[in-house]
Amino acid sequence: MSKKTTDRTGASGAKGVSRRGLLKGAAALGGLAVGGQAVTGFPTVWAQNPITLRQFGTGVSNLNAIAEKCKADLGITLQMTALDSDAVSQRVVTQANSFDIADIEYWICKKVFAAGTLQPMDVAKIKYYDQIVPIFTTGKLTPESKIAQGTAPNTVSFVDGPDSKKFAPAPTQWMTLIPTIYNADTLGIRPDLVGRPIKNWKDILDPAFKGKTSILNIPSIGIMDAAMICESAGIVKYADKGNMTKAEIDITIDFLIKTKQAGQFRAFWKTFDESVNLMASGEVVIQSMWSPAVAAVRSKGIPCVYQPLEEGYRAWGGGLGIAKHLKGAQLDAAYEYINWYLSGWVGAYLNRQGYYSAVLSTAEKNMTPDEWAFWMLGQPAKTDILSPEGKVMYTAGAVRDGGSFKERMGAVACWNSVMDEDRYMVRRWNEFIAA
Amino acid sequence: MTLSRIAPYLQAAPLTLILAAFLVLPIATIVMVSFWDYDSIQIFPDFVFTNYEETITSPVTWRTYLNTLKYTVIVWAVTLLVGFWVAYYLAFHIRSATMQMVLFLVCTIPFLTSNIIRMISWIPFLGRNGLLNQSLMTMGLIDQPLEFLLFSDFAVVLAMVHLYTLFMVTPIFNTLMRIDRALIEAARDAGASAFQILTNVIIPLAKPGIAIGSIFVVTLVMGDFITVRFMSGGQSASVGLMMANQIALLQYPAAAANAVILLVLVLLLVAAILRIVNIRKEL
Repeated sequence: MSKKTTDRTGASGAKGVSRRGLLKGAAALGGLAVGGQAVTGFPTVWAQNPITLRQFGTGVSNLNAIAEKCKADLGITLQMTALDSDAVSQRVVTQANSFDIADIEYWICKKVFAAGTLQPMDVAKIKYYDQIVPIFTTGKLTPESKIAQGTAPNTVSFVDGPDSKKFAPAPTQWMTLIPTIYNADTLGIRPDLVGRPIKNWKDILDPAFKGKTSILNIPSIGIMDAAMICESAGIVKYADKGNMTKAEIDITIDFLIKTKQAGQFRAFWKTFDESVNLMASGEVVIQSMWSPAVAAVRSKGIPCVYQPLEEGYRAWGGGLGIAKHLKGAQLDAAYEYINWYLSGWVGAYLNRQGYYSAVLSTAEKNMTPDEWAFWMLGQPAKTDILSPEGKVMYTAGAVRDGGSFKERMGAVACWNSVMDEDRYMVRRWNEFIAA
Repeated sequence: MTLSRIAPYLQAAPLTLILAAFLVLPIATIVMVSFWDYDSIQIFPDFVFTNYEETITSPVTWRTYLNTLKYTVIVWAVTLLVGFWVAYYLAFHIRSATMQMVLFLVCTIPFLTSNIIRMISWIPFLGRNGLLNQSLMTMGLIDQPLEFLLFSDFAVVLAMVHLYTLFMVTPIFNTLMRIDRALIEAARDAGASAFQILTNVIIPLAKPGIAIGSIFVVTLVMGDFITVRFMSGGQSASVGLMMANQIALLQYPAAAANAVILLVLVLLLVAAILRIVNIRKEL
């Protein structure tokens, strides 16, 4: 079940102390000490006056290791709560005081920012702002690249002013989310069982794979994979896959129903482990997948490839937003946490998991040249590539599926999104599942 | 005496309070929310019938309810057959009371594990490369793995029968044990065949147990969502699953309306069962 909620506390220094007392103490001592014995280059002021930031978000970036390192470097205690994306959206809107930092995806930001429970951040206070990957600012990875369809992060990254709720079309001084983690998703395949090269999204419809395919049953993401498949198969050409018209939704869902009734799909998965089991057991040979799931199948010694496809990738990204109610010392701590987040250690940690981080230059300094060449440049590994926990993920000589950062993020066809016709789409999607 | 007049009320109070707090109040809340309005992220107090309208007029709802009823009927029939059989064997063929208890406890052993575990353990067994298919293929009985075994209606019904048969066995066994053996002897003395004894004596007397077991199975299957989701691989729908989807999309009022409709339907089914069999007679 996907509705599982876990509360994780990175370090439990200030757990028993009341919040009010904490805030008071922090405010009183806030201006006192700056500098101190800064081992890591950050002021250790928070170590003397413990501050707790409550962060919640989707599971991918709510990592205990980050909370522990943050406590060690900054003295800030991060209380992390992992929820699924639906619960996250709801909580941002309805329980504005229950969090300090929201770790949300860009399409969720489009949905919830208008509720006014987040405050935009002053980019002047973001130390590495200039080095953030331009996908999140101008939208163009390189000056020539085209902005992909869907909720492209740059379209919801900026607002006009500190109190504005309207997204600005071009970068301003006020940023809604500071990007943390993003990736390009595609289909996963079992190279030993498909028996032919896989090049396009439509290959999932091949009659040879009848009863051996799967797509994910999370409507907002599943519909995008379905759109990539339909467009690749020439069923329909979308004006914007990320914002379909009712007619486009109808064509897509009708096609899915027809395909389902013909027995093309083996199952629909909803959670990470389901997708791993389907693939590992050989129930399916080609399906929607997330990159850590591919790694999980491979770690069982079963061949699995995250297959790059001609039509491009479906990308997603998340970022940190600051709650409206933060001010004073807590707000300063939040900025400091975000600056620390971009300063390299976290970036390297995320890159080593196969995701991408927002500021590449600092992450590079925290990775070995070999790691950097493997993960970011798409070159064959010279030595074994280890996961952040020290487990061997790839042996020497392996090459990352899809190649370099530029090849992968440069080939994004659409971003995860929220449609204007969201409710209609969900209703039709349920029809597809019930059909 | 005032005390003696109040005493019955005091005696009934704890149960009344518990039922009010944990049954009446939640159901009242669900009924209330089912009339509220919602958008993609919030619900607002209101009094609208759109949730019911959208639920009742949608063909998907009808198909889903029919599908759920289909599972209910099949699972009920199979569990009744298997359950009655097992209970009959325990009650009439096992002579010593100790042995009866031992064997009855054996029936409950699978229930010492979580029902999710019991259900999920079918998946590697029935899969394309699972134990069953591999054994059949090694024995040369089939050349192609049987695909219908997993992620199908068959798998759903199999798992449900496995999960719910004991709920049928227990009440039937209980009523069978209460049957006066003298009645059976009398029937035999009067010249009844074994089959006639079964249909004319035992089954009529076992009706209350059958009814109670049926109520358990019907309510459990009607409300199930996790078995359908796992065993059909997300390919089939049930009412419970439909509600779970709506809740995941924060459409609480729609889910509440669905819950109310399901509740009414299940109550009607239970009423129909009680109408046929007077379970109080035997309790």
